Amino acid sequence: MANSKITQDIEMSKSFFQSLFEVSEGERIKNCIQCASCSGVCPFGHLMVFPPGNMIAHLRADMFNKLLATDTIWLCISCYACTQICPQKIPITAGLMTRTKEELVLAGNVPSELQQAFENSQRYGNVMGQSPRKRGEWAEGIEPKIPLMINKKSAEVLWFVGDYPSYHPRVASTSRSFAKLLSVLGIDYGILGPEEVSDGDSQRLAGEKGLFEMLADKNGKAFAKYEFSKIITTDPHSYNALKNVYPELGISYPVQHYSQFLSERIDQLKPLIKQELKARITYHDPCYLGRVNNVYEEPRNLLTLIPGVELVEMVHNHGSSLCCGGGGGGMWLDGFQWEKAHARTSEWRINEALQVEADVLAIACPYEAPRFEDAAKMNPKAAKLVVKDILELLAEAL
Amino acid sequence: MSQDIFVITEHLQGHVSDISYVMLAAARVLSKGSGGKVIAILLGNEAKSLSDNFAADEVFYLDHPKLAEFTPDAYNAVLGGLIGNHSPRAVLFGDTSIGGDLAGKLSARLNLPLISHCLKVYAEGSVLKFTSQICGGKIMAEGDLPEPTVLVMMVPGGYKPEEGQSEQPPKVTAIPVPGLEDLRITLTQYIEPETGDVDISKEPLLIAIGRGIQTEDNIELAQELADAIGGVVCGSRPVVDQGWLQASRLVGKSGKAVKPKIYLAMGISGAPEHAEAITGSNMIIAINMDSTAPIFNIAKYGTTADLFDLVPVLTEQVKAAKNG
Amino acid sequence: MNIIVAIKLVPDLVEELSIDADGTALDTTWMRLIINEFDDHAIEQGILLKESNGGQVTVIAPDAEGIDDMLFTAAAKGVDRVIKLTGNFGTTTNNHALGRALAAVIDTMQPDIVLTGVQAHNDLDGPTGPLLAEFIKRPYVGYVAGVKVDGGKAQIRKEYPGGLVADMEVTLPAVLGIQAAEKPPRYVPISKVRQAMKTTTIEEQEIQELTPEGGPTISRMFQPEAAERATMIEGSEDEIASRIVAILKEQGVF
Repeated sequence: MANSKITQDIEMSKSFFQSLFEVSEGERIKNCIQCASCSGVCPFGHLMVFPPGNMIAHLRADMFNKLLATDTIWLCISCYACTQICPQKIPITAGLMTRTKEELVLAGNVPSELQQAFENSQRYGNVMGQSPRKRGEWAEGIEPKIPLMINKKSAEVLWFVGDYPSYHPRVASTSRSFAKLLSVLGIDYGILGPEEVSDGDSQRLAGEKGLFEMLADKNGKAFAKYEFSKIITTDPHSYNALKNVYPELGISYPVQHYSQFLSERIDQLKPLIKQELKARITYHDPCYLGRVNNVYEEPRNLLTLIPGVELVEMVHNHGSSLCCGGGGGGMWLDGFQWEKAHARTSEWRINEALQVEADVLAIACPYEAPRFEDAAKMNPKAAKLVVKDILELLAEAL
Repeated sequence: MSQDIFVITEHLQGHVSDISYVMLAAARVLSKGSGGKVIAILLGNEAKSLSDNFAADEVFYLDHPKLAEFTPDAYNAVLGGLIGNHSPRAVLFGDTSIGGDLAGKLSARLNLPLISHCLKVYAEGSVLKFTSQICGGKIMAEGDLPEPTVLVMMVPGGYKPEEGQSEQPPKVTAIPVPGLEDLRITLTQYIEPETGDVDISKEPLLIAIGRGIQTEDNIELAQELADAIGGVVCGSRPVVDQGWLQASRLVGKSGKAVKPKIYLAMGISGAPEHAEAITGSNMIIAINMDSTAPIFNIAKYGTTADLFDLVPVLTEQVKAAKNG
Repeated sequence: MNIIVAIKLVPDLVEELSIDADGTALDTTWMRLIINEFDDHAIEQGILLKESNGGQVTVIAPDAEGIDDMLFTAAAKGVDRVIKLTGNFGTTTNNHALGRALAAVIDTMQPDIVLTGVQAHNDLDGPTGPLLAEFIKRPYVGYVAGVKVDGGKAQIRKEYPGGLVADMEVTLPAVLGIQAAEKPPRYVPISKVRQAMKTTTIEEQEIQELTPEGGPTISRMFQPEAAERATMIEGSEDEIASRIVAILKEQGVF
């Protein structure tokens, strides 16, 4: 009997390993040289029972069942640092971590906060569990009125807003800033409002592929109802999904992050930015804009438009930027990760901002505002540090 | 057939539950309309004195060793006959762990209508009415109490227990108890609540502290108030993260959702991650010096007083009110 | 062990509720239905009992919008049979009618144990559990937060306020009103639910007549006034403290 269980485990491990090849470039995992760079650069590698490099070693030994028995893989925040540093270019995040999380989800090994986020996404189309009918409420009471695609039917640009920018009060302010900028630039745009559901990217990275497909399908059907030439978004996670993953499901549109969209119009924008802001600003590269999608300079260009701004770089910047902790499900693993780690990457980041004596920490992703502001609350030295999205800074400088 | 109002009183381990007095207060309102008496039903063993403070016209006391502590089968067996024989105008049960095991079974067995989640009752002349509260308190439903006999499950909050209490012990009538054989549900033992780690999601009175408490030493302020009120201290994330409270006391998205009767929040801003976990509270009272703090959008009452000045005064007043 | 779980859907409170034109019932236009939270725990407890004692779990539910999804999800979690009661079930069907309908079906099934949520937030004629129990002539105990079955008896944990718990022994067959399962309801990924949709058949049982006798007649349904913002208490510390003490007294704290 013992033998047959071991045989089953070995078979399962082999078949899991095979399944990794299905991910784009997944076969590169065979070339792992066990250099442990991935485990070393991982923000929580030191706390995982099996950090990435170690996981690969165990897979090679057909011991996947050991991985499934632990829950420390949920410390992975899908920040892509490991993928970026790997000398063999193994797609560790997408090819190994996500697939392992899928197996954990199938086995029912899901931290409760994340379970709630999955259930909310499925039922209400947003991770917060708020009424889908209220998705467009952030846009009410703003002049000029924010156009809904259901009324307009067609526009030059579709603005995909996202969960946090729609529902979270702190992040909705970023949305309103973007609306202001779009209006002064005279852009012809529309939003989906209640017809939009979560982009699903973080849920996908956290192991719920079926949920991601369900959400993408709904968004795809909403997109198909209207005419527009491109999609723009303030959310790097939505950007990643729409640009890189939705096309695999047959939903393919040109898509830009706001930093790219506004950078194209920098000559038009420049004369409108009049108010001076005398401050040292440091920019935090969001994982899914920077490392994953190579967009580094456009956000910086926008910041330098504001007169009086002095741009400084933190010790981790561009490709080595330190994740705020929110990506790939991290937003809903906070309690779990806190119990294991008693440290947050967002708090480390605040320290880095303080180290360069920044007055303002500029961001470009919706998870970051609540995460960095909460982290700043924990640090008495950060009392004066202001956390603002580039859009908010630009809108205020109009 | 009578116009009397029965109240199925509840007691556990020798203590009368507050809901019994709430029901007696409600029964008084109904009896004025029906013209009948308020009759408290007390089931127990050598427990007659538990009825001493009942504001009732009479107590029907049924004594039997198997009724000493509540078990559904024994109580149901006894009450079926009692209600069937008397056919009172109304029988009030607690919408509780005890009443909940009784009212439905009796409604089906005796073919009597049943109303639940009832908050208040009224008499308009001789017409008796009810108001029930459903859907998490969001919806109220009203109607007449069907004739000739109706069973009503009552929730607390519509009447104060004092309204159902009396200094004068009422007249007690002993009612014979039928044989209680073949009971299919028996009590094995009670398990006392652990004094170690509390489950805040089940606590009715919570004193919650946030970043505004500033230092670990100041938590004592909150603990003293909690002790005075009979509540439990819990907190939002900054406090728990600092290690000033155990993880089991965390209220919020990454902690527990709570649904207390009273949530007294001090120095808590009320950000979404915290707010979403306390919307089940019956009443939120917030103390925060920032008048724009979002907690005031979900609190019933608020004050911008400095918690360091207010809380000691409040603790003293609570102690005085409990003793006086 | 033959385990039956009776569940129903209730109005989802995340959506705003409103009253219909007659003013006596909820407006169903925008209303969404969700599984009664306690019934979800009953399903979990049922599956846990099957895992420990062996046997079969059957979930029975009255027809309502979204019920198929809910039954497929239950099947994906490990429930063996799912049965939908069809008939004129509207959102105003009361628990007496539901209890009778469930009893008619359950009486033919010889269960060892029947589980259902201890209550639902929209119950106006008492929770379903005790009614059902009497209609099938079985004992009932509610507010159950732990069940172990051995030798034809269930050892249950019954919850009282303030953290007090009573251990009781129940001779089966019986009906239990579940307050909380021993573990929180498990997560089942969408891919598994999709699979269940392909492999599971939802059995249907038609209920000819629904008898709601036993419930109240509602003459008026309304929403209490909601305050937009907290009532602010002003004054000296003494004045504020004494106002708070008065509020606490009104609420029955002491």
